[in-house]
Amino acid sequence: MNDIQLAVEGVTKRFGGVVANDNITLAVPRGHIVGLIGPNGSGKTTLFNSIVGYHPVDEGSIQFEGLEISRKRVIEIARLGMIRTFQQTHIYGKMTCMENMTVSVPHRNEGFARMFARFTPDIFEKAEHLLEFVGLYPKRYLLAGDLSFGQQKLLEFAMALMTEPKMLLLDEPTAGINPTLINGLIERLQRANADLGITLFVIEHNMRVIMNLAESIYCLAHGQLLAFGTPEEIQQDQTVIDAYLGAH
Amino acid sequence: MNSDGKKIVAYGGILVLALAAPWMMTAYRTQLAFLWVMVLFALTWDLVGGQMGYASFGNIVFFGVGMYSTAVIQRNLHYGLEEYAHVAGRVESLSAAEYLTGLSLGMTVGAVAAVVIAAILGVCILAMGMRGPYFGICTLGLGVAAGELASGWEYVGAGSGLVTPVFPEGLGERAIFFYYIFFFLTIVTFFTLRRLYSGRFGLAINAIRDDEDKAEAMGIRTTRYKITAWCVSAFFLSLTGGAAGHLIGFIDPTEVAFAGPTFGVWMILMAILGGKGTLWGPVIGAVIFHVTQEVFWTYLFGWQRVALGAFIVAIVVFFPQGLMGWAQERWPERFGHRVEGTALAQTAGGEGA
Repeated sequence: MNDIQLAVEGVTKRFGGVVANDNITLAVPRGHIVGLIGPNGSGKTTLFNSIVGYHPVDEGSIQFEGLEISRKRVIEIARLGMIRTFQQTHIYGKMTCMENMTVSVPHRNEGFARMFARFTPDIFEKAEHLLEFVGLYPKRYLLAGDLSFGQQKLLEFAMALMTEPKMLLLDEPTAGINPTLINGLIERLQRANADLGITLFVIEHNMRVIMNLAESIYCLAHGQLLAFGTPEEIQQDQTVIDAYLGAH
Repeated sequence: MNSDGKKIVAYGGILVLALAAPWMMTAYRTQLAFLWVMVLFALTWDLVGGQMGYASFGNIVFFGVGMYSTAVIQRNLHYGLEEYAHVAGRVESLSAAEYLTGLSLGMTVGAVAAVVIAAILGVCILAMGMRGPYFGICTLGLGVAAGELASGWEYVGAGSGLVTPVFPEGLGERAIFFYYIFFFLTIVTFFTLRRLYSGRFGLAINAIRDDEDKAEAMGIRTTRYKITAWCVSAFFLSLTGGAAGHLIGFIDPTEVAFAGPTFGVWMILMAILGGKGTLWGPVIGAVIFHVTQEVFWTYLFGWQRVALGAFIVAIVVFFPQGLMGWAQERWPERFGHRVEGTALAQTAGGEGA
């Protein structure tokens, strides 16, 4: 594993007396799909929040493409090309799907005059293409807030792709989506990874999904890194099984 | 007729009606001029309060800044300070050319001043991450503070206010002159906003309204958009104030210039009544509000404030989304919020495959 795109080294995050992340070290290689699993409350989302700059870390360093980002703000990190999606969907509810998409054009190097620019036809074309990719094309003129939860998740994924990201941090992309749609989503995630070369770092509770999707998996428990390995290794790991079944 | 044709007819009809109005209702010329002031109030408030979702209670500050700047510049151009203070602007009437020079220069300076103030306030309030109710309370204080400052500042007439120069001969009737100024300003504002709302700027501030955390997570420069939006709003509101001072003729610090309880609240109500966050909503809301208010004054004199209060309650209870918002919920297809036919979806699918 050379070419590490995201390197987390010794990151600790405390909330008062609670240690949500305790000295976590992990690496995400470019172009790979890496999973992050763990029981509820094990610190997965906290780690995501630390990586994308939602809150400062107490100790440790986070590097994205060799650049130290642990002191950068959310907006700056997003513009570097690392976009996260949320566990609960975050979409712009009073805007149509197309507007949700077009407003998500990359905002890197946006000068003052660019703020007032019109959307060019190629932006609409790209938005329509991506909506079609996630199967929302017929609903593109509906208000995003009127979509079902599962469709909003798909829209959020399409919006993330619209920003031309280098890496996506997906927080439970399949939670709340019906089983038929999940298969389609896995396939789309794999296509985004293979065709567009986007690195994926995925939190997932659905074991069937993550074992199929990820090439390697990190497992957290009680804020600590418990195990790392291929899906097969993780499935055989006794400490992981114990953590999920509640043994200490 | 296609939709573009209908639009041209509708815009043309409004234009003709608006141009002819002061000649059809000669007794109401001042009130008609005020109608456009109301529309400008609602449009500029809605940019920040509706489209961006930052309910500002202090936008009246920019109105007052424009008003005072224009009056002070006119005074300083043509009169001595002492002379003016004693006779309150009535020393001698200005020539039309002098009057127009002072008015246009004053409005320009006022607009620049308002934008600078909006930018400074934006850095102080918006860049600090004030949101929702906290932003509202902050701005509520601004309007009150501005009124108090002006009341205590001798240079701008303090509590006794300022009188604007006498309207010169040769420019026709004052009400008609200002009617067309405000109408022109409304058109410029309306189409500027329409253009802004259709591009990146409009969608970005809509995104801030719907989910600011998400907008940040997607890399949108939220602070810059927010401050810019407030500056645009301040710019047009200041121009409105500059001309409105001359239409009213007398600038009182708290009753006219920084009139939070009247103009400051009305601009919010009108935008809500018509439908905040829509382009036409504030225009429709302002027209309905202004006409209703005048009717109450005429037929319910003595109870006009009570009737206005009851009207406001009714607006909020029955049309919380405003008229345009209600219409959009009632007939979503008319606003283009529809599912595409399956046939189209299939062809699109075929193209993609």
